[in-house]
Amino acid sequence: MGIAAESVGEDVLRQHAEDAFAEELAALAAADERPRPPRWRLSPWAVATYLLGGTLPDGTVISPKYIGPRRIVEVAVTTLATDRALLLLGVPGTAKTWVSEHLAAAVCGDSTLLVQGTAGTPEEAIRYGWNYARLLAHGPSRAAMVAGPVMRAMSRGLVARVEELTRIPADVQDSLITILSEKTLPVPELNDEVQAVRGFNLIATANDRDRGVNELSSALRRRFNTVVLPLPATADAEVEIVGRRVAQLGSGLELPPVAGAEAELRRVVTVFRELRAGLTEDGRTRLKTPSGSLSTAEAISVVTGGLALAAHFGDGVLRSADVAAGILGAVVKDPVADTLVWREYLETAVRPRADWQDFYRACRDADPA
Amino acid sequence: MARLPAARPTLLGVRHHGPGSARAVGAALARLRPDIVLIEGPPEADPLLSFAAEPGLRPPVALLAHAVDDPAQAGFWPYADFSPEWVAITHASGHGVPVRFIDLPVAVSFTLDRARRERENDEPAEPVPSPVDPIAALARLAGRDDAEHWWEDVIEHRPPADDPLRPFAALAEAMAALREDERPAVDPGPTAEPDIERLREAHMRQCVRAARRAGHTRIAVVCGAWHVPALADPPSAAADRALLAPHRAAVKVETTWVPWTHHRLAQNSGYGAGVASPGWYRHLFDTAAEPDPLPRWFVRIATLLREAGHPVSSAHVIEATRHADALAALRGRPLAGLDETLEAVRAVMCDGVTGPLALVHDALVVGDVIGEVPPTVPAVPLQRDLTREQRRLRLRPEPAARELELDLRKDSHADRSRLLNRLALLDVPWGVPVPGRESRGTFRETWRLDWQPELAIRVAEAGVWGTTVVAAAEARASDLAIRAESLADVTEVAERCLRADLPDALPVIMRVLDRRAALDADVGRLADALPGLVRALRYGDVRGTDTSALDTVVAGLVVRICVGLPAACAGLDHDGAAAMRRRLDDVHAAVQLLPERRQDEWYATLRRLADRENLPGLLTGRATRLLLDLGRLAPEAAAPRLARALTRGVPHRESAAWIEGFLAGGGMLLIHDEGLLDLVDAWITGTPDDLFVEILPLLRRTFATFAAPERRLLGERIRTPARAAVPIATAEHFDGGRADAVLPLLAGILGLAHREVTP
Repeated sequence: MGIAAESVGEDVLRQHAEDAFAEELAALAAADERPRPPRWRLSPWAVATYLLGGTLPDGTVISPKYIGPRRIVEVAVTTLATDRALLLLGVPGTAKTWVSEHLAAAVCGDSTLLVQGTAGTPEEAIRYGWNYARLLAHGPSRAAMVAGPVMRAMSRGLVARVEELTRIPADVQDSLITILSEKTLPVPELNDEVQAVRGFNLIATANDRDRGVNELSSALRRRFNTVVLPLPATADAEVEIVGRRVAQLGSGLELPPVAGAEAELRRVVTVFRELRAGLTEDGRTRLKTPSGSLSTAEAISVVTGGLALAAHFGDGVLRSADVAAGILGAVVKDPVADTLVWREYLETAVRPRADWQDFYRACRDADPA
Repeated sequence: MARLPAARPTLLGVRHHGPGSARAVGAALARLRPDIVLIEGPPEADPLLSFAAEPGLRPPVALLAHAVDDPAQAGFWPYADFSPEWVAITHASGHGVPVRFIDLPVAVSFTLDRARRERENDEPAEPVPSPVDPIAALARLAGRDDAEHWWEDVIEHRPPADDPLRPFAALAEAMAALREDERPAVDPGPTAEPDIERLREAHMRQCVRAARRAGHTRIAVVCGAWHVPALADPPSAAADRALLAPHRAAVKVETTWVPWTHHRLAQNSGYGAGVASPGWYRHLFDTAAEPDPLPRWFVRIATLLREAGHPVSSAHVIEATRHADALAALRGRPLAGLDETLEAVRAVMCDGVTGPLALVHDALVVGDVIGEVPPTVPAVPLQRDLTREQRRLRLRPEPAARELELDLRKDSHADRSRLLNRLALLDVPWGVPVPGRESRGTFRETWRLDWQPELAIRVAEAGVWGTTVVAAAEARASDLAIRAESLADVTEVAERCLRADLPDALPVIMRVLDRRAALDADVGRLADALPGLVRALRYGDVRGTDTSALDTVVAGLVVRICVGLPAACAGLDHDGAAAMRRRLDDVHAAVQLLPERRQDEWYATLRRLADRENLPGLLTGRATRLLLDLGRLAPEAAAPRLARALTRGVPHRESAAWIEGFLAGGGMLLIHDEGLLDLVDAWITGTPDDLFVEILPLLRRTFATFAAPERRLLGERIRTPARAAVPIATAEHFDGGRADAVLPLLAGILGLAHREVTP
């Protein structure tokens, strides 16, 4: 953190939320007259406004950070205000990390107290480690301890973040229980403890398709309020999100420009949304849903892959055949059950659509059977 | 308004079904001690008010008013415990004070409705634009877009005022302000559409005057808040009389109490829009005495979730209560409302998912409370509608059983069949279908009629479904479909629904059917459902019903079966394969009845089954045989398949099964189909001796199922080297003209004379 803190400036590749939106936060703090929970920089109302966007009485425009249901943000902020830990669930690409970072930035002005959860996250990452040189030289003492992000947040009354909580091994996860229920972190080596200062809280994110990996124990789950971040509500919103991300990725990969992307993009999003919802857009036909998550992020990669195909191997126009294989790969995760789902979808939903015949044929061709 | 001249009525403007309004009305009436209570409601129901004191009448109940000659023209006025009107009624009957309904008589509004319908030339009337929603208007003025929330905040969640009359005065002022610019100053003239709202208010004023004339001095009026200004500031009695004079009731109306449910309270009714959350309102009303309704509410939710198997602890209840309060504060609301509590339940108790919330919504927010009505209230209109139908169709209810032959090509017979089918749907088994005698034609039906006295009770019970036989049967059919456990059950309802000719229920059933079919992963169940649906499709055809929705569902079902069948056939044991073979035959028979363009997919599937190596032999053999019968597989192509299925490498069981599937259906085909017989004969004679001994038991198992004469004939045919040629009808001398000449007669017999017959 020390290194990162010194290099904050115009040159960093990506600024922390509290730096990038420092002006908005300052304007909100100035305009905010509502009561604030202990050590909060803003009142809950102002935090919600920061995330959802709005215009302050003095005319400052707050840009929306999260585009989605208002209630999601309100429930999340309320959770933090009532001193409960917050668990943000959702499939990949639903802005969990983004929301968690901005919540931390708005509540305590510091979004950097972060534990990244992986299958190899050790207990030290959540609790504390030791400076072994000191430990050997002077024996166990406070000075020999290396505080983890959660411990630092506790002692300073800030918000800590844990990313991908369900990827962390179950025994390591459970070291959070004492922290969340007793608000204290025992240090048995020193016969001591670190007690959380008021204002401390924790935001965790988890992928709900991964829940089976390291399911939270019920003791831990009970300490969290859970908010599920939904996939985009309307086709237009999702087309816009996918289109924007694809454009960003495309320029990053320096792909040559490809024509006709708009129509195929909408088609990919439609296929994903219909299969996800188990219902065609006209609401007339029920569909089975495949086992994969079919997230917005996957739609983005399907379109990007199709663009690369069209640019490098096609005629420079994005056609159904370019995305068909990608869609098949995204939908069919389980070779038996999902293949059935996909074929049924093709026959019942795609085939009757007069203007989808090229897509239907392309998908039939891509299907190995 | 606090100090009124004694003769002026006290106007209690309420929101229908508002628990806060109900509480306020209770408090106001207790303070006022009126000597008469007037309530906005149908005056025809006045005699029924005496039932309110009976313990057998328990809300939610509804007043039902319907036209005597047309029970379909009906209105409902539902009341729950927390309805201000109900509070006023019980107050009056508890204090021995007279109580009257003062709205415009239903008979008059029904007469106006009919006149309007006639003017519109019997076209479906456009929905009458509902009068301004005063609550929404006020909420907009207050800068809130959600009228429900605003109302909750300012009225329902407000602690009771010291002066129980003050809230009413405030609301009356607000309404007066809203209505100031709305009043049309000029008389719209006699030709224009009569303004029903003005008529209603004029009638209410007349009723108040009548009460005053009768010597009542402390008059309390409970009516919708919107009407308060019109009653507070009355024009002259003569003007009201003039307004009402031209409108006389030309319809006879009957009223009764019917039991109601919270679910139906949530729908529209005679009091305008339904309430979305009757269970929550009831909770608010019941816990009015407690300082905070939330803890008890969350405890109820927790109990419900626990019973459903969700681990919910007391800690959850505490956290949820805190969360709801904090969320209300964040949103700037004085108290947590239903929305906040549900958000809290979702985040704290349900792991952020919506699934269990549906349970909470169903069981608590709406609630499954059912009202009760004592048996002494007047009969339901369904019975009257049935009596009228019986008279029209000359179908007297007779206690002695008799048989009734119906020819559905005659309109009156078809109507009788429909009536009996509809009654069967309503669990009134007056007629029981008798299996047809010899002919299995689709236009003949035989019923056994037997009217038992207890059927009258069944009719009364069926009254909850509607006021006419058609409407009730439709409601019941939709309900049956929605509650059906399996796909086949839905299919059965669809069949019954088509027989009963209930076009309005069909879309619901088709939706359910489509959903079930799409989500059912078991091809076996889909296959079981298909024959019934195809039957229904043909049946509907005979009766001229519009079956396009059904056609779509059937087409979808065929596609789904085709997609899933090969996979479903794999890995079956002997019994499973036998069951699947039956389904194969059934679906095949059903598909034959569909238009040709729907059949191709099925044949392609059969071809796939026949080509697959790893399926049970019984099914591969069967598919091969079906294709062979259709001529979609050349006899030459069948020979190698048969040979392949019976080679040494294939387990004996499989070979036997293949033969069984291939030859099932009796020996007649072998006898008549020379190609097939040659095939089997050539294969058996060409089998090496040692192998023949091995397969003999397998063959015997199959051939033993043939009838004895068939076996004998088969033996003779094979023994005679120059096989007796079976005369085969050939088309060489086909005379198209002569064949066409038969068609008109055939069409007449089949009752298709009105259609174009295509050869």
